[in-house]
Amino acid sequence: MTDPVVRLHEVHKSFGALKVLDGVSFDVHRGEVAALIGRSGSGKSTALRCIDRLERIDSGMITVCGHDVADPALKLRALRLDVGIVFQSYNLFPHLTVMQNIMLAPRSVKGLGRAEAVDLARGVLAKVGLADKADAYPEQLSGGQQQRAAIARSLAMQPKVMLFDEVTSALDPELTGEVLRVIEDLAAGGMTMIMVTHEMGFARHIASQVLFMHRGRVWEAGPPAIMSDPATPELRQFVGSELRR
Amino acid sequence: MELDFTTVLSRWPMLRDGALLTLELALIATTIGFAIGVACAVGRRGSVRWIAAACGFYVEAVRNTPFLVQIFLVYFGLSSLGLSLPAFTVALVALSINVGAYATEIMRAGFDAIPRGQIEAGECLGLSRLQVYWHVILLPAVERVYPSLTSQFVLLMLASSVTSQISTEELTAAANFIQSDTYRAFETYIVVAVFYVALSLLMRAGFWALGGAVFPRRRRLGTVI
Ligand SMILES: Nc1ncnc2c1ncn2[C@@H]1O[C@H](COP(=O)(O)OP(=O)(O)OP(=O)(O)O)[C@@H](O)[C@H]1O
Ligand SMILES: [Mg+2]
Repeated sequence: MTDPVVRLHEVHKSFGALKVLDGVSFDVHRGEVAALIGRSGSGKSTALRCIDRLERIDSGMITVCGHDVADPALKLRALRLDVGIVFQSYNLFPHLTVMQNIMLAPRSVKGLGRAEAVDLARGVLAKVGLADKADAYPEQLSGGQQQRAAIARSLAMQPKVMLFDEVTSALDPELTGEVLRVIEDLAAGGMTMIMVTHEMGFARHIASQVLFMHRGRVWEAGPPAIMSDPATPELRQFVGSELRR
Repeated sequence: MELDFTTVLSRWPMLRDGALLTLELALIATTIGFAIGVACAVGRRGSVRWIAAACGFYVEAVRNTPFLVQIFLVYFGLSSLGLSLPAFTVALVALSINVGAYATEIMRAGFDAIPRGQIEAGECLGLSRLQVYWHVILLPAVERVYPSLTSQFVLLMLASSVTSQISTEELTAAANFIQSDTYRAFETYIVVAVFYVALSLLMRAGFWALGGAVFPRRRRLGTVI
């Protein structure tokens, strides 16, 4: 088997006295979709942020597409060319149109010419179903459309792995569906993804691997079937409480 | 009381030249002050302690002293260094230092209003620090505080009237001369007040047009970020 795209090994991370990651280990292979689930405060976002070096880890090892993320001499730009990340709060740049949001990084980071960047942007916009919103400003879009634009902006950098942090949590149920469909298409296209999600049904349906985090550890991991038949009382309780939500 | 404007208006060339000089002072000091404001706001937010402290000291020093005193400090400070500069240059230096401090505070508020998540989004797309500063922080921050900046720069134009004290030949100095020459003090200052109103409106119109050109989102939607 080839090397994993993302590997965490015994990752520890504290904020002051608060231990947030307490020996997290998991592998995500090419084309896999890993769903990171768990209660609020269990360290899911922190784990994701460490992968893209938005947080530094205290000890352990993270490799992403061959980059040693814990290495102080890591070339951040090289890492971020390989990793795309989408946040719960979209974070589109409000002063730029959707098109300009998408073209910004390809042009200024990869040095693409205008025409090339426009083509690229049109391509990713079509993928997320927003071809007709190219010239709209973020504030003119619904939450679901903004989130799809944010996904398109990440995709335009042609990352090798995509990270999603609760990208539908701020959305109404009907808007959630349109974003999940985009993610589903990406999975079908073979994109390697790690997604933090509270959408249990979706995780079960799309994930090749489910990672249940509890108290800063991967408490239970396996195929989606573990959600129907948990080995630990913690996961059983978590799945039960999520069903009641 | 009888008002007679004809004597005052017969000095039209002097008033016109004064008004032009006022406008020139205001526009150059606006440009320099804006640059100072951006630089010091970046400095105050930066991680280099002594730069942040120096920028903070500058802002507080300017905000807590009268402008007239600042002008004299620059005037006598420069001449004690053996620099005898024309009044216009001294006025320009004093105005730029003054408005730079206020612009720093305005820009700082603009920078602080940029959500942390947007900066992270920029970093995650691979933008360099400088690119993040330019595309994600500076441009939206300026767009956000543009109305405050406009007001501040109009105030600066009005404050330039104080530089008549070091005999810069701007609009108020022209008025002082005309009233002492014609003994029509009230009429003179009425005319000059009208000139200042016209200059203010002109500046606001200019900033409005510039804003429309630089911030297309504002032009199209007219909403604040
Ligand atoms: N920058 C920070 N400084 C201090 N504490 C932090 C920081 N970021 C996160 N924490 C704390 O770390 C813990 C784990 O946070 P994290 O955001 O990783 O949880 P999560 O599993 O994503 O939760 P949620 O489902 O609510 O998003 C929380 O107790 C949080 O308060
Ligand atoms: Mg979280």
